[in-house]
Amino acid sequence: MNAPVSPEIVLEGRNLARHYVLKRGTFAEPATVRALADATFSLEAGKTLAVVGESGCGKSTLARLVTMIEAPTAGELRIDGKLVPFTTHVDKELRRKVQIIFQDPYGSLNPRQKVGTILEEPLRLNTSDSAAQRQEKARAMMTKVGLRPEHYDRYPHMFSGGQRQRIAIARALMLNPKILVLDEPVSALDVSIQAQVLNLLSDLQKEFGLAYLFISHDLSVVRHIADDVMVMYLGRPVEFGPAADLFANPRHPYTRALLSATPTTDPDKRSERIRLTGELPSPLRPPSGCAFHPRCPFVFNRCDVEMPQLKTRAGNVTLACHGVEEERI
Amino acid sequence: MPILEISNLSVDFRTAGGQFRAVDRVSLSIDAGEIVSIVGESGSGKSVSMLALMGLLPWTATVTADKMMFDGKDLLKLPARDRRRIVGKDMAMIFQEPMSSLNPCYTVGWQIEEMLKTHLDLPKVARKDRVVELLHLVGIPSPKERVNAYPHQMSGGMNQRVMIAMAIACNPKLLIADEPTTALDVTIQAQILDLLARLQRETGMALVLITHDMGVVAETAHRVSVQYAGQKVEEQPVATLFSDPHHPYTAALLSALPERATSEHLPSIPGVVPGQYDRPAGCLFGPRCDFATARCVEKAPLAQGALAGHALCHYPLSQGKPVGHPGPAAILEPRLSA
Repeated sequence: MNAPVSPEIVLEGRNLARHYVLKRGTFAEPATVRALADATFSLEAGKTLAVVGESGCGKSTLARLVTMIEAPTAGELRIDGKLVPFTTHVDKELRRKVQIIFQDPYGSLNPRQKVGTILEEPLRLNTSDSAAQRQEKARAMMTKVGLRPEHYDRYPHMFSGGQRQRIAIARALMLNPKILVLDEPVSALDVSIQAQVLNLLSDLQKEFGLAYLFISHDLSVVRHIADDVMVMYLGRPVEFGPAADLFANPRHPYTRALLSATPTTDPDKRSERIRLTGELPSPLRPPSGCAFHPRCPFVFNRCDVEMPQLKTRAGNVTLACHGVEEERI
Repeated sequence: MPILEISNLSVDFRTAGGQFRAVDRVSLSIDAGEIVSIVGESGSGKSVSMLALMGLLPWTATVTADKMMFDGKDLLKLPARDRRRIVGKDMAMIFQEPMSSLNPCYTVGWQIEEMLKTHLDLPKVARKDRVVELLHLVGIPSPKERVNAYPHQMSGGMNQRVMIAMAIACNPKLLIADEPTTALDVTIQAQILDLLARLQRETGMALVLITHDMGVVAETAHRVSVQYAGQKVEEQPVATLFSDPHHPYTAALLSALPERATSEHLPSIPGVVPGQYDRPAGCLFGPRCDFATARCVEKAPLAQGALAGHALCHYPLSQGKPVGHPGPAAILEPRLSA
């Protein structure tokens, strides 16, 4: 992005891509799925970048690249200024800087480990702290995320969903990471619990200066928590910019459709309705030109021929759309 | 005359730790052509109460009610055989997970036709035509070819449309949709909700929409029933529920929505929903309520009148102010912290 280069940028992607090769039988040509293509973004310390999109848009692939679970196929990924190599053999020091919190707090904690063991494991593997030091750090972190000291010896099944997510957050913070990847961290939680966890996340961000890569499909949560938003469709970013600008004046037709499809409790906001017809196309056979053109209400002759680039500027927002570029929309 | 009338429905489950009351004296009445939404968090008994109505609960469940009338028939007295004739025909249900609700071994056409075969006396050719017509009705493109598709060949949204086609196959008088869009993407969710609302308008059936999403409720329902820990705590028309909630739980739930946030810190509800072993003796919401007094701890509240939204509360809110409340001095400190 054209954001001013500052030393604070902890995460940067430039034309980042991840392709998967799919074998389709002995004689058939293998197919390539472009799960992520041309992702360019940057994230500063203490800020939140939200990645929004429907299933198959590549948001989870992006999370896997940033956490270095998978290596990128092409492009550049810089974490804290260091270039991530095209292999999964990454320096341990670099790995410590990125941690992830998953959607389902029931599946992401080992049911046979006590909370204390869960929290101390990252320290045991990565530091040379003594057992007493580890316990002290774990207890300190428990207080920070709002767990009580007596929870130290309990098992995950004794906690509710919200409390488990607190444990997962505490575990992610044990090694003082710079970047936290939050993969739908509150979508499995009830509304009242969701508010507690969101509050905790914003407190921790201020305290530790954490950068959040917040992956979500819930636009009302994103609007509340994000500084920047990247909207993705079928593996490509279609609109990127500050959350305030993007929500106030969405330009890309997909962003507009996404916003108007999100149910709201405020009757005044329900004026404009863009109803998308059709389904998400298969990533194996993406449409020609702009991937969104078969569902776009503003489609014109250029859209199915030429792929739009993420370069059209509207204020602080960058987007990929021929219609906006030619000022048709 | 209401198409469905339930009063004081309770469901108890036999568990290893003793009896557990999942639904506690819930009453509901629905007119034909009405969309009623049941909202609540997980464990509020919203699905279980409707499963009890459909007779789909396992044997460990005990269902009791003062009255359970559907379309002039008393479901409590009806023999199981006669009841099975109603379920699926006059009263149908859509479930949350379309992928796991459909049988992967049969084509979707076969599964829809099974409904017609069981409940209606139609010749084979007429049934086949009706299946294609139904698929067309729920907005599936090229329905003639899709009849022979298996569930795995279609997307989640398409499978949910098939579920809807099955449910409306026999022109039900009451359709119960249990979180029909929770597993779907937002743009597909909007399509499915539009479809349900259109079918409801065209056929004049009653629709019960079970959901936890306040946005979905606000855009779809006519009337809303809010459930908490197995009890119905409030019931109101949709517009007034969002402008003037009468139960403190509803009020707290609405202000916890990120889209209604006015500050960076969301107002959250402290504590968690009571479980099997920590059910309070008085008001179930008492330990988490901002207005709880000694009276709330001692005595379970009775439902208020229609003007106060049938709120199950000693001090129902009116424009955010508790009515009849002794004042801030009487408020107990919330005993559970977050």
